[in-house]
Amino acid sequence: MNLKISALEFVQEVQNGNISAEDFVAKTLERIQSIDEKLHAFLSVNEQAVDQARKVDKKIKSGDKVGACFGMPISIKDNMCIKNSKTTCASKMLENFVAPYDATVITKLKEQDAVFVGKVNLDEFAMGLTTEFSAFGSSKNPWNTEYVPGGSSGGSAVSVSAFECVASLGSDTGGSVRNPASFCSAIGYKPTYGLISRYGLISYANSIEQIGPLTRTVKDAAFILNIISGLDPNDNTTVDNKSEDYLSDIDSGIEGKKIGIIKEMTEDGIDLAVLSATKNAISKLEALGAICEEVSLDMVKYSVAAYYTITATEAGSNLARYDNLRYGYDFPLEGYEFNSYISKARQNFGPEVTRRMIIGGFVPSAGHAGKYFLKALKVKSKLTREINEAFKKFDLLIAPTVPVLPFKIGEKIDDPVSLFQIDINTVTANLTGKPAISVPFSISNGLPIGIQLFADSMNDKLLLQAAYALEQTVSLPKVPI
Amino acid sequence: MTKIGLEIHCQLTNLESKLFCSCKANYREFEINENICPICMGLPGSLPRLNQEAVKKATIIAMALNCTTPDKIAFFRKNYFYPDLPKNFQITQLNIYGDSSIGGVGSIMVGDKKIRITRIQLEEDPGRLIYEGSSSKNLITLVDYNRAGTPLVEIVTEPDFENPKQVREFLNILSDLLENLGVSDPSLEGAMRADANVSIEGGKKVEIKNIGSFHDLEKATIFEITRQESLHSRDIEIIQETRHWDDKRKITVSSRSKEEDLDYRYFLEGDIPWIRIDPEIQKELKSKMPESISSKKERYILQFNIPAQVASVLSSDKFYSDLFEISHTESNAKEIANIITTDLMGLVDTREKREDSKITAIHLKDLTDSIQSGKISRNSAKNALYEIVKTGKDLSQVISELDLGNVSDESELLEIIQKVISEESQAVEEAKSNPQTINYLVGKIMQKTKGKADPKLTLDLLKKQIG
Repeated sequence: MNLKISALEFVQEVQNGNISAEDFVAKTLERIQSIDEKLHAFLSVNEQAVDQARKVDKKIKSGDKVGACFGMPISIKDNMCIKNSKTTCASKMLENFVAPYDATVITKLKEQDAVFVGKVNLDEFAMGLTTEFSAFGSSKNPWNTEYVPGGSSGGSAVSVSAFECVASLGSDTGGSVRNPASFCSAIGYKPTYGLISRYGLISYANSIEQIGPLTRTVKDAAFILNIISGLDPNDNTTVDNKSEDYLSDIDSGIEGKKIGIIKEMTEDGIDLAVLSATKNAISKLEALGAICEEVSLDMVKYSVAAYYTITATEAGSNLARYDNLRYGYDFPLEGYEFNSYISKARQNFGPEVTRRMIIGGFVPSAGHAGKYFLKALKVKSKLTREINEAFKKFDLLIAPTVPVLPFKIGEKIDDPVSLFQIDINTVTANLTGKPAISVPFSISNGLPIGIQLFADSMNDKLLLQAAYALEQTVSLPKVPI
Repeated sequence: MTKIGLEIHCQLTNLESKLFCSCKANYREFEINENICPICMGLPGSLPRLNQEAVKKATIIAMALNCTTPDKIAFFRKNYFYPDLPKNFQITQLNIYGDSSIGGVGSIMVGDKKIRITRIQLEEDPGRLIYEGSSSKNLITLVDYNRAGTPLVEIVTEPDFENPKQVREFLNILSDLLENLGVSDPSLEGAMRADANVSIEGGKKVEIKNIGSFHDLEKATIFEITRQESLHSRDIEIIQETRHWDDKRKITVSSRSKEEDLDYRYFLEGDIPWIRIDPEIQKELKSKMPESISSKKERYILQFNIPAQVASVLSSDKFYSDLFEISHTESNAKEIANIITTDLMGLVDTREKREDSKITAIHLKDLTDSIQSGKISRNSAKNALYEIVKTGKDLSQVISELDLGNVSDESELLEIIQKVISEESQAVEEAKSNPQTINYLVGKIMQKTKGKADPKLTLDLLKKQIG
């Protein structure tokens, strides 16, 4: 059985009766069994997946109405709630938390007969870009297992690119979908803020993060978006996309489209291989009839500082609820009062979460907010004005997804500031709420490079059309695992 | 000069659901931790879903207190750790980044004194702590989250009160106003709570927290002024601090915790986008706003000639004024007002009695009709009312069951009159020259009929008999 097929191919094959959902899911679980020891993408595997797939097959056989996924095996980043299953956020703090409800995206995928094969790894509470901060150990890059897979949705990217599932859902707060997609050579797409309900996604920095699909093809990303997007009464920040069909006309091409090359994301500190891939991508787009020109977003140079200030502030508040009173882990109460109990309980956060908690307690505090938090908000609104200005002139913007190639596990773990800097190309989309997508473009010394495209808010359809056009220009080797 | 400012927390008890989820706003009838869901428990991944009705109700309060109402409102997070707070932050409002609270500056008259309102904010109530065990060694704190997320309106005043009496008057007016607006039932336990800021001439501001009822609020301010004046008279400095109202000992106690130093790290709640309060909706709310207490009072006096004292009592209480509004007609209004304020109020003087009461507007209308047509005496009406409140039976049924109908049959009445005349011959003689004595004789007749004789008919017949 070919586990390497795309989501749309899977649907077709099952529909045509060439394969059964049950067989495909069973083989997928076998693959997870055999290779995940090496990759550590999964934190938990759904033991009922095969049974669930069988039920879908039954529906198909008996001619019942079947959902659009036809029993497709999907992995879910372990910061989204699936009813009655563990949702750990890769944290000791939620090691035994069993969600009593489904996230909206889960409800929607269930309605379309998706099968969740398991929950996948991430940096603790989605804070990080390597999965090295998972309390349950780092995932490995399937292109070279000595290397990080990127993060925080590292498990999602690994599971998609190593054929342990057909598609995955990740979450993107500052690049957490696009970064690992770039490092593992998958499609990673962060939609416009508000396009997908966050209900049931465990918040890290709620004002800027979005759930996003990681897939093998751009079409697959559009397919998933069709299912999970739209207004949700449970999330006040969702926007009405009027049931837009993102898959139709995806091959419209980009002839005559104006594309801005973001200057601040293609200069200092960028790896030469990445730079040359970017230039190559630009010339391919030009060959397709796009008009590419440099554009400057001045505020990008402050974006990482603003990003970490804002996200730490929100994280400090969002993670305050983990006080071990309602769920958590047991330890003897003897000798503690309320404050010391909470201090003790919160020692179970890992180093990166702790670091951001400390920042988050400081930057918005009275006497410091003006210098840090409020200034960061100013950068955010100025950056938004700048990018809005750019979209008056350009239909799309382009930059490499990550300015560097994947690096070795452990290489940068003791240097948080240089790790933070790697986010420079991805945080802008989050701070401004714009959609952005990473498209696998080349392999350099056996390591993947992704190219990132941006569009204006609610122009997700145009973004996917451009990404599809770019995708068609390349033919990449399959993952060596 | 003494200055007192208030922060009043008023639950919007008449709402169906909590501020951010569909659990019941009326949490009081539930077993412990039964009125909860992932949202009000702050479970990982849950998001607040704003109750638009709460926004409307809070806007109505702002309008009634003559506050400005902004075009757009926003919510903020107030971050602090406390066991009754499921998320360890409270979703509330404030105006530090521009006016985004549900109500801006306003004012309300308390007698001749104008009390300025600083702002009104909509926020969520925390859960409730229950302490068990006696000594400090085995003391445990239990948390009931049924209340968590209940919609709360905080009304902040300027320090415009000069004495506790003004505070009390203000609170009476405010609680009548909130009840009249149909947004809250102030008599429910815990529906109204308050913090007070108290300072005297030459002293610093002291904040008193945790005052669980309006009754205690007055007591707490009196205690605090006395305490501060006593310090001042002994030249001891009054420091700026937060004190707690000890509701058992009825004193204020300095908070040992450094609560006043808490840094709440306020920032915008991103999960609830800015909400536009449409001017059309504002207009509609304004037009649908119930008539104010003062306007009702004025109308009762001008239209029905009801005495000011009676009109004031009637208009300020929603339960009674609602009964009055439905039952009265142009001709019986005064009588109905009288029955409500003199008889009914005595019968249903507590919350429980009110809730148990079976009286309806139809009863009141029947009652006054019967009095006016002479079917029943004023005195018997009182007895009938007692029965109606208790049983809810029709007036006609009550009259026949308790035999309360007037004796208006001439021959029957004449028999009684003649009997009295024969018994009271001396009084009859006197009555011929002194009209006052006639009243004595009427009284005797009433006694014999147990108050059921038609007074006018009795007098006419009696005069004829005496000659």
